[in-house]
Amino acid sequence: MPNHFYILLIPLLPLVSFLVLGLFGRKYFNISGGVMGTIVLLAVTVCAFVTAYDYFFITGKLNGIYQHIVLFKYTWLQFSSSVSIDMGFLLDPISVMMIVIVSFISLMVHLFSLGYMKGEERLATYYAFLSLFTFSMLGLVLSSNIFQLYIFWELVGVSSYLLIGFYFDKPSAVAASKKAFIVTRFADLGFLAGILILAFNAETLDFGTLIERLTNGQSSWSIAITSASFMGISALTWALVLVFAGGAGKSAMFPLHIWLPDAMEGPTPVSALIHAATMVVAGVYLVARLFPVFSFDGISLNIVAYVGILSALIAAIIACTQTDIKRVLAYSTMSQIGYMMFALGVSKYSGEDGLGYMASMFHLFTHAFFKSLLFLGAGAVIHMVHSNEMKDMGGLRKFMPVTHICFLIACLAIAGIPPFAGFFSKEEILTAAFQNNRFIYGIGLFVSGLTAFYMFRLYFSIFWNKDAGLHDVHGEGTMTMKIPLIILATASIFAGFVPFSKYITSDGAPLETGVNIIFSIAPVLLALAGIALAAGLYKKENDKPARITAALGGLYHAAYRKFYIDEIYLFITKKIIFNSIGRPAAWIDKNIADGLMNGLAWTTAKIAAAIKGFQSGKIQNYTLYFFAGIAGLAIMVIYFWK
Amino acid sequence: MNLSLLLLLPVITCLAIVCCKGLKQVRAVAFTGAGIQLLLAFVLLVLFWQERSSGNAAPMLFKSGYVWFASFNINYHVGVDGISVAMILLTAFVVLAGVLVSWNTETMFKEFFFLLIFLSAGAYGFFISLDLFMLFFFLELAVIPKFLLIGIWGSGNKEYSAMKLALMLMAGSALVFTGLVGLYFNTAVTKGGAHTFDLLQIAQMQIPVQAQMLFFPFLFVGFGIFTALFPFHTWVPDGHSSAPTAASMFLAGISMKLGGYGCLRVATYLMPDAAHTYAPYIILLATIAIIYGAFVTMMQKDLKYINAYSSVSHCGFVLLGIGMLTKTSITGAVMQMVSHGLMTALFFAAIGMLYSRTHTRMVDKLGGLLKIMPFISTVFVLAGLCSLGLPGLSGFVAEMTVFMGSWQNPQMLYRLATILACASIVVTAVYILRAVGKTVMGPVTDSHYNSLSDGSWNERLAAILLFAGIIAIGIAPFWLNKLITPGVEIIMQQAGKAVTLK
Repeated sequence: MPNHFYILLIPLLPLVSFLVLGLFGRKYFNISGGVMGTIVLLAVTVCAFVTAYDYFFITGKLNGIYQHIVLFKYTWLQFSSSVSIDMGFLLDPISVMMIVIVSFISLMVHLFSLGYMKGEERLATYYAFLSLFTFSMLGLVLSSNIFQLYIFWELVGVSSYLLIGFYFDKPSAVAASKKAFIVTRFADLGFLAGILILAFNAETLDFGTLIERLTNGQSSWSIAITSASFMGISALTWALVLVFAGGAGKSAMFPLHIWLPDAMEGPTPVSALIHAATMVVAGVYLVARLFPVFSFDGISLNIVAYVGILSALIAAIIACTQTDIKRVLAYSTMSQIGYMMFALGVSKYSGEDGLGYMASMFHLFTHAFFKSLLFLGAGAVIHMVHSNEMKDMGGLRKFMPVTHICFLIACLAIAGIPPFAGFFSKEEILTAAFQNNRFIYGIGLFVSGLTAFYMFRLYFSIFWNKDAGLHDVHGEGTMTMKIPLIILATASIFAGFVPFSKYITSDGAPLETGVNIIFSIAPVLLALAGIALAAGLYKKENDKPARITAALGGLYHAAYRKFYIDEIYLFITKKIIFNSIGRPAAWIDKNIADGLMNGLAWTTAKIAAAIKGFQSGKIQNYTLYFFAGIAGLAIMVIYFWK
Repeated sequence: MNLSLLLLLPVITCLAIVCCKGLKQVRAVAFTGAGIQLLLAFVLLVLFWQERSSGNAAPMLFKSGYVWFASFNINYHVGVDGISVAMILLTAFVVLAGVLVSWNTETMFKEFFFLLIFLSAGAYGFFISLDLFMLFFFLELAVIPKFLLIGIWGSGNKEYSAMKLALMLMAGSALVFTGLVGLYFNTAVTKGGAHTFDLLQIAQMQIPVQAQMLFFPFLFVGFGIFTALFPFHTWVPDGHSSAPTAASMFLAGISMKLGGYGCLRVATYLMPDAAHTYAPYIILLATIAIIYGAFVTMMQKDLKYINAYSSVSHCGFVLLGIGMLTKTSITGAVMQMVSHGLMTALFFAAIGMLYSRTHTRMVDKLGGLLKIMPFISTVFVLAGLCSLGLPGLSGFVAEMTVFMGSWQNPQMLYRLATILACASIVVTAVYILRAVGKTVMGPVTDSHYNSLSDGSWNERLAAILLFAGIIAIGIAPFWLNKLITPGVEIIMQQAGKAVTLK
């Protein structure tokens, strides 16, 4: 790959945009900042597409295998003679795919925000944060070094924090941003510990070298890391499970998902970008990045698979009960990411067995389009209704025809109805699961039915159902809001036809896949059943849903309360960490540690006060002490003389 | 470069301040003096760089010396290595920023600026001394003015705090002095030969192991008190919270680093055997300081207490890095000293700016300030983000280097300590985000706040200055790493039993 400077521009331009808008935006570009940011992103997207074209069709292949190419390597921090953080760009099929997705979705969101955030007094700040996020995310996917990835990983986290808390005078937004940051920070602790183990045992942080050393069973590094063990589990498994914990935090996998629904406090376009299409798939990306090592160690890959399927199931059940449309979408995101995770988990490294990996990446690709479309559509709805609650909506298809059609397309795509994008990727995932783990396949199939149900519950509640008595106040939204919807809807229709397996596979060699009609019958029928059920319950206003929820009773309530996971966390933080650790620690510090010092001073002062009477200045007293001393000495001399 | 300039300059500035009339003149002189200090520190950095790149690999550069007290073999002997240069730069940054934030001191301004500049002379002297007696002399020089700064210009329970700080630091000094004298009497090469205080000479000698075992605790604990070694950290919160802003900045930014520097340069460097033997205890105390300090911080309600306790936690990383005794971990410890110095100074500066306007430091009473004073609030948030280890800012680089280095020490219990230290960054995130979320975000809690002004030019300049340092390390840590690594290598050679990565 030639050293094209435009690849450098991909992360650099958003950074410049962030600096300019962040430093001078409030004063000079508070109105024009949005347009500036969008134009910059357009340039980035063009660069990304050119890079992708160049990589996939011209320079990326060597002997039919896509290569890992590292560009612009620079030693950033030397830890020891062999371990250093080298900043560089890694181009391989998944990173190139990711830069396309990230820049493209980000461009759509930038464009959409022009209309959605119109009139916001901190518009330049908003665009500065968006640019910061885009920079960090692009840096993340291009990282050639695991520590470099960790750096951008944290930066992505903080941009997410800033954007969730964008409406900082709303206490709920501040609380949500804090929660998101702390929960992912807690998960990142695992990531960090994993890096420490890998760095110590493999003596490198570079992805290429790391993978090479650890997947060669004969190498001394591999032997060292597999033979070292702690609590009966090898260091390699520990490292990978810990790294995966970091990924699970970012990707909102059970039980670290609790921050994602709350993160919906941020502006809706932000949710589309960060909490649907890009940042939350970083965990999937991380596992995919280290996939050769994961597939070398079977245990950790199994954990990935089961955490993935469990998250997919739980999230889908909760999504059926939520009434805030953004929260439904948030749980649906979690569920779909669970799909990507278990697809990786059931995959193997090479050849036909690598189907799961390819399917996971494919789903990541298609999901980015229809999920961001769903969020932007929801944004348009919220923009109109000024509420997130389903009960305030209904019959909106009359007021917002464009949004309605786009939203429908996205719902069909996520439900897996052919020929929309989601059908193809889900199909591959289920095939991979079917070949490797029937249990996971069964649950995956069930979840796909649930997905169709809750998505169409959402769709019918918003656009059909009752007439919510809304008046068309300001129309459907500006052109800048409609255009991204239309573009994304087009992508959601056609993305499935991309011959994905030719380009993106775990070992870089193309894979032959095709649609197996017999196999497709079950998932499609289930999805159609889900849609039919949703139509029956929610298309027209009726009391069936209420009766069903009443019949389900405690089960429904448990799902509605998100299986009390938030309450459990609250108990741990409030009762255990604050009251049982923090408070006693503060008490000990005040009374024991400091008390010791004060006690020392107090004792000294007391002793001084007690003996200062001896220095009375009275001759009589001194004479008395003198003679008493003599007498004492005399007694001692006589006594000890003997 | 003649290093004595670093001592001469503050002294001349102090003299000039004495001759000045009126606040305007005094602060102009103090500002100029501190500005030249910074310039000088940069000149030193450049010259040092040139000398090193021209192949001069001597442990200490720019050495000079005069006999001071011949019969005890006490000399004025100065010289710098990369570690000292880094600390000198830090001092220059903090002092200039300190002068800027004290711009409108009204009571006894002449004395205030005099003491502030005078403190910097003590700090520079400490960092350039190669003679242990001189080093102790400068250490003392940097204690007394703090007593006055807190006692006179402080707030709250200032007499108590000033006394507590001075007494505890004096106790530390007493321990240090005992250790130094003990060391001195074990430096004779032949029986009855001359003793020496010279750092470089002592480093060439083999101090008897028994003497090391005896005197290492004196020196380490003595210096440790300065850098908030658990359980002798309690002067930190009281001292900081009562001190005026500039004194807090100096105290946390530089004073606590005197201790860390001393632990490294004197205790560990000169008595490597004892350092190895006592390492488990150091690591234990450091880990307690880190994690316990973080939890105690979480429960604080006063912004200055929050930053003071978080300093206890963050300085624990310095001691942890030293205790782990690997090249990387000690490099990390030095980086953490520089990073924490800048960051905590910035944090105290921001708190001071908020306090001078709202007249409260209680987290519960503040709120929504981001809207009213965007600049100060942004500075506050940035200092917080640096504290919680955001990449791109200096805290991250330093902490990660400490973690990386600590993990290289393969003992299981040390690994556990490392993990606990890593875990503290989560707790740090909790208390920082609580503080940030309540004070600058959320709704405005008091309508009086709406009329408050944002940062003035001098406050802005101070914040930008410190933040520039933070960014310079955070974005491009390689220069700092390169600067201090040779110095650390020499310490590690001394340690002999260097635990390096396979």
